[in-house]
Amino acid sequence: MSLEDSDPMPEPAILATRYVLAHAPDFVRYGSKPTREVEADPALLDQLAASLRPWDEVVSYPPNQVFIGNLTPDDLAATERPWYEHRVTDASADGQFGRIVTQAALYGLMKLSDDFDMLTITDSVAEQARHDLPRFEHRLDRIVGVTPDELTSVMADNDGLPLYFDGEVAGFMRRVHEQDASLDPHVLFENLACKATAVLAVADLLNDGEVTPADIDYLLNTGEEAVGDRYQRGGGSLSKAVGEVVGCVNATGSDIKAFCSAPVHALITAGAMVAAGLYRYVLVLGGGSQAKMGMKFRAHLRNEVPVMEDCLAGMAFLVGPDNGDGMRLRLDLTGKHPIGAGSSTQAVYQALVVDPLERAGLQMTDIDRYAVEMHNPEITEPGGSGDVPRTNYRTLAAMAVMRGEIAREDMDDFTASRGMPGFAPTQGHIPAGVPYLGHAHRAMRAGEVDRAMIVAKGSLFLGRMTQLVDGVSFVIEHAAGPQDSE
Amino acid sequence: MDLDDQANVNRLAEESEGEMIVILGQPDPNSTALFAETVTRGDPTWAGPLAGVPLGLPVYHVLEPEIKESMDPELYQEHVGLMELSADVDEIIKWVKYYREGGE
Repeated sequence: MSLEDSDPMPEPAILATRYVLAHAPDFVRYGSKPTREVEADPALLDQLAASLRPWDEVVSYPPNQVFIGNLTPDDLAATERPWYEHRVTDASADGQFGRIVTQAALYGLMKLSDDFDMLTITDSVAEQARHDLPRFEHRLDRIVGVTPDELTSVMADNDGLPLYFDGEVAGFMRRVHEQDASLDPHVLFENLACKATAVLAVADLLNDGEVTPADIDYLLNTGEEAVGDRYQRGGGSLSKAVGEVVGCVNATGSDIKAFCSAPVHALITAGAMVAAGLYRYVLVLGGGSQAKMGMKFRAHLRNEVPVMEDCLAGMAFLVGPDNGDGMRLRLDLTGKHPIGAGSSTQAVYQALVVDPLERAGLQMTDIDRYAVEMHNPEITEPGGSGDVPRTNYRTLAAMAVMRGEIAREDMDDFTASRGMPGFAPTQGHIPAGVPYLGHAHRAMRAGEVDRAMIVAKGSLFLGRMTQLVDGVSFVIEHAAGPQDSE
Repeated sequence: MDLDDQANVNRLAEESEGEMIVILGQPDPNSTALFAETVTRGDPTWAGPLAGVPLGLPVYHVLEPEIKESMDPELYQEHVGLMELSADVDEIIKWVKYYREGGE
């Protein structure tokens, strides 16, 4: 469709959402933390392996069922903890807006995403991968393996990273440059895993039928991986690399880097692109962070709980002109944490939540649901990081009290009814409010939620270039929702 | 407590020769307990420079009355007021006291 055919000022909306989890127990050893700790104390590897969960436990884990849409956040709030001991009976790996795939499927996705023949897998893994990837149709002929003897030979002839399946060597990531640390096999393994999980999320979203791959004009990747060689380090892009695999032949793209808050920056940007008439359909995507697998494994071992950072996540969101059923992106209600705002909690939430609402004459209680950083507390609490969503919701409730919108005794009710328990893997950009979008769409279609706010924060200081934090937010409404602030 | 912070606490404790207290600002009891334990008994995660280093520093939380009373009320309200309202103050104080007083 040409721009002449388009509405002059389309109303941008999130039209579809899709999530994936790839169970990858043998990838955990190569998370940044386990890599370093096991190097210092090799005996830890056996303890780590013994604390990893099998497939059935991962599929039936209540937070994972919420992530793919088979349970709602309210169902999770009503589920007794620890959740890993209160698993879902007859759980399915296929959800309303997401799916969980096996480690073999992940290896297959990485193999078909590998354009430089860096990854070798065994033929048994390849065969299992093809079996474990139903409803996926791209480049399946590229999932080919080698015999164990051939793998041994590849490993003897090359420097690189051995890869495992059920604790046994079943693959290899070969070194492609002798000196470039940015192209180290471990770095490329992380990047390929990120690309592969994003590919599955985007492919599944496009399978849903709202649009075809050729309809996509622009791709915005929000993953946290650093793609590039030594002359750009993280300056490269994954968006077109993902779009190429799934046939987005008419799209170009770029990556938005903003630590954890990148998906929310990207969704606002995508909404602006659509509203401006620059592009009709923009895909926002993000693959998983392999480096963050097993990040808190020492705390999990110490507390004798399963090592729960065992999945890579991926997600995709389609932004386009509202079709009457999308979640309208209210670009007039976006929030930002400006450089001069100060970094106290008050200052951050004032900028992200209160300021945009005040501009539209709305109150905090006009938002039915807030989605903040949705970290699964069962993963973070053993490491001393607390229940991140609960702390954020308590803070929002306290702000509503200070503003005289609710009474102090109503804080618990505010937290329970407008918040939700965390259910997302602790992979940086993945928990950034956006895991709620699938649930928001369902709840809006059912008339349960009229208006929701997505709030994300980013720890800019981690890169040692500034002490600042960052944050952005946006409000979504259903077409059939409230019209009072327009 | 991340490794850099542990190293800084360790260095400052040495330089201050007993003239140092630690004031925590953790938003929940769980992390307060972990941080308080780290600067008193040592890093319980055995990951950082304070692993096996029981500094025994006097540790307080910014929400404790003795800290609040020593600060400018306007400034306190601006920076800590929201946390005071939202946090589980009693439970936080219970844990920081527990480690400060060497409780079992």
